[in-house]
Amino acid sequence: MFESLTDKFEGIFSRLGKKGRLTEADVDEALREIRVALLEADVNLTVVKGLRSRIKERAVGEGIHKALNPAQQVIKIVNEELTNSLGGETIKITYASRPPTVVLMAGLQGSGKTTSSAKLARWFKSQGRNPLMVGADLQRPAAVEQLQTLGRSIDVPVYSEPTNPVDVARHAVEEARSSGRDIVIVDTAGRLAIDEALMEEVRHISEAVEPDYTFLVVDAMTGQDAVNVAEAFDQKLALDGVILTKLDGDARGGAALSVKEVVGRPIAFAATGEKLEDFDLFHPERMASRILGMGDMLTLIEKAEQTYEQEEAEEAAARMLEGQFTLEDFLDQMQQLKKMGPLQNLVGMLPGLPKEMRDVDIDDRELGRIEAIIRSMTMAERTDPRIIDASRRTRIARGSGTNPTQVSGLISQFAEMQKMMKRLGGLGTKKAKGGGRKNKKRGKGGGRTTAKGGGRVTQKGGKRPQKSNGRVTPKGTKSNKAPLMLPGLDRLEIDDLERLADDFDARS
Amino acid sequence: MEPILLIVIIAVAVLVIGGGAFVALRGRGRDLELERRDGDVALDTRPEAGGTVLEAPPIDTAVVEAPPIDTAVVEAPPIDTAVVEAPPIDTAVVEAPPVEEPIVRPSFFERLGKARSAFTGYLGGLVGLSKISEDDWEELEEALIQADVGVATSMSLIEDVRAEASEAGAEDGAAIMGLLKAKMHQELEGKDRSLTLDDGETNVWLFVGVNGVGKTTTIGKVGKRLAMEGHQPLMAAGDTFRAAAAEQLTMWAERAGVEIVRGSEGGDPSAVIFDGVAAAAARGCDVVLADTAGRLHNKANLMEELAKVRRVAAKEPGHVSEVLLVLDATTGQNGMSQAKVFTEAVDVTGVVLTKLDGSAKGGIVFAIESELGLPVKLVGLGEKVGDLVDFEPTEFVDALFE
Repeated sequence: MFESLTDKFEGIFSRLGKKGRLTEADVDEALREIRVALLEADVNLTVVKGLRSRIKERAVGEGIHKALNPAQQVIKIVNEELTNSLGGETIKITYASRPPTVVLMAGLQGSGKTTSSAKLARWFKSQGRNPLMVGADLQRPAAVEQLQTLGRSIDVPVYSEPTNPVDVARHAVEEARSSGRDIVIVDTAGRLAIDEALMEEVRHISEAVEPDYTFLVVDAMTGQDAVNVAEAFDQKLALDGVILTKLDGDARGGAALSVKEVVGRPIAFAATGEKLEDFDLFHPERMASRILGMGDMLTLIEKAEQTYEQEEAEEAAARMLEGQFTLEDFLDQMQQLKKMGPLQNLVGMLPGLPKEMRDVDIDDRELGRIEAIIRSMTMAERTDPRIIDASRRTRIARGSGTNPTQVSGLISQFAEMQKMMKRLGGLGTKKAKGGGRKNKKRGKGGGRTTAKGGGRVTQKGGKRPQKSNGRVTPKGTKSNKAPLMLPGLDRLEIDDLERLADDFDARS
Repeated sequence: MEPILLIVIIAVAVLVIGGGAFVALRGRGRDLELERRDGDVALDTRPEAGGTVLEAPPIDTAVVEAPPIDTAVVEAPPIDTAVVEAPPIDTAVVEAPPVEEPIVRPSFFERLGKARSAFTGYLGGLVGLSKISEDDWEELEEALIQADVGVATSMSLIEDVRAEASEAGAEDGAAIMGLLKAKMHQELEGKDRSLTLDDGETNVWLFVGVNGVGKTTTIGKVGKRLAMEGHQPLMAAGDTFRAAAAEQLTMWAERAGVEIVRGSEGGDPSAVIFDGVAAAAARGCDVVLADTAGRLHNKANLMEELAKVRRVAAKEPGHVSEVLLVLDATTGQNGMSQAKVFTEAVDVTGVVLTKLDGSAKGGIVFAIESELGLPVKLVGLGEKVGDLVDFEPTEFVDALFE
């Protein structure tokens, strides 16, 4: 489990007290942690050094923002710096004035060129284009068959011939011209960057077809070597961009940053799943927090999306906000939760969860006990746990192999959650009626007593000033202290969700 | 019980609320998206929806394209019927004819040499130094990090060696490099790296790993090698997910002259492997080389499927004697997480490190070996059958620094 950078930073900066300004020594200490975090994420060492000095330059002497604590402030700088490095220039696909537009795919063995070719073809198709895929990987057994199978599933033809890769590519372009295909995607064999003969071959292919776009396909799990590979391919082929694959894994993907720094070209597309639809333009913002190992709410939501039925989720949320959420629903949700993989992983993705809680060793079998307790209740008890008296409690404990204290523990925690949700829901719906979704975010922060909740809002406001008006005060401060906090929610504003939803949507 | 209960409740609450709000907002997002697609020029305009400013994600604006304005472009009508499908290719023609190549074990150095030129100068200077400075120590640590050994492992290695050096009074570069190598070598020592083949059993060797690491190719090479050693391997094409994976393995089987059992694409991998075991038992083959589909280790359902494959493979007469995790040498720190999760799911017995002939050094296996105790058993040093060799710790450690 990653120890979140935020925790480390908070440790460092807690000693700072109320200094008005970050000193060089403070920043240096933080930078050491940043270095480790970046290296653990597989960002190349040289790239890390460059980033460090840029971050240092910005961080030293920066006045402490009223609402942000120093840890948050440095994180913000790091995050922005990473986002800038990753994003910078985004790719703009322009189509050749004289079709076809030729795209050349290159990369190491196993980086995912063939699958990405098909995904890219599907993407072009969704843009109203007519792609043709070219099987120029005559090296790996059955590579062309693989492309053909993929081609059939997305209804895109595949051109190949058992000659040599250069001829295949050249003839494919002619073929495309005569048959009116306006995009040609050339899948080449995987090759090592140090294999001179094969690197020459791919250069010949490139010369023969004069591609409009040359993409390097890079596996998100790649380590320090990513820069060498990118450099070698860039020298031979003059890359236009990078396609980052296997982003649905749990690699933090520092390779993306390294390659971007070296090639100076954008990461154009990212593949985020096994299905051919799981492919879209790249989103740098999300990558930055991923590399830093901070909670990745979007991934969490995506995971939830994969397992949850849409209506089900909506219904459950509605019921929860209305305070109608029963233990039966809870049981349902737990089943869904279990489908999403080990709980420990999920907890790691919840942003803002206190460290003590993140470090708890979670045995998924413990879930079974909670389940057993609920299953030992009658329907009536699940719907309204208030009817559970001492005798019922004993029965439930016996039925589930637990003791009555555990049973009442579950019931009281659940009741707290219900109360909390109801209050949250009450606020949310009231406001929603009044003035649209922007007001909804006030609904939380209830249980949190530290200043952080407020700080976060300002931080965001600062980034997007047009949205900050009048929304800086967290309303929850005056509400009664709830014994049950929802740490996951207190830093996650509805505003974040809006952004995530927009972001997610832009990709689908 | 208490902390986990709290966590579960929190997780459920966050997911339900998060998910609900997300789903609810998505609907709106979608309308916006449509608007955006229609008026591609007006991308940057922020449509006012109910008095709320919706922000278009910055990336989108740059990329969503206006249709080509070039009026000269006449789009050819889509000719879907005239599919330009190539005539069926006999891939065998394209590939190198299966010449019986004598298997000569290539050395790490010979293979790695070409990739190493860039690094030779890096630490070479260190050896000649009479005193190692603070910066030099850092450089050593960085060399390890650049070989993907990982920050934590590199730091603890260097720390240990520093302690040893000051104790032994070693100061010059050559001595310290010697200490470091000895230390690393010691971590890798004493592991059984042999591949288990139990007599009189239908052994099953299961090959697992994430996508694109080279499982199928490894099986092809291992099959050939076993056949040449006088064994009777049988390949089971358990990758029923990836397009043409079974075809790929079939070609390897033909090359190696070994039998293969395959199922239909999209079929149940456990069934294919079970059939393979049954066929091997019936035909008197002594080892089943079971391929599996590449899967990312964070996909719980796919790991569950893999655990099932292993259970089924162990059914009579199957005898799972090796579960080999195939790992790409270019993999960085994620390799550790792969090794952990796969070991949890299917009890991995060894690692196959592939593609070490590139410029990557596969340093992560050092961390995997020393932390998880998983032995690296085979190493891929090239495309030829004979390039899959037994792992040699000494050569590996030397290669990390060259």
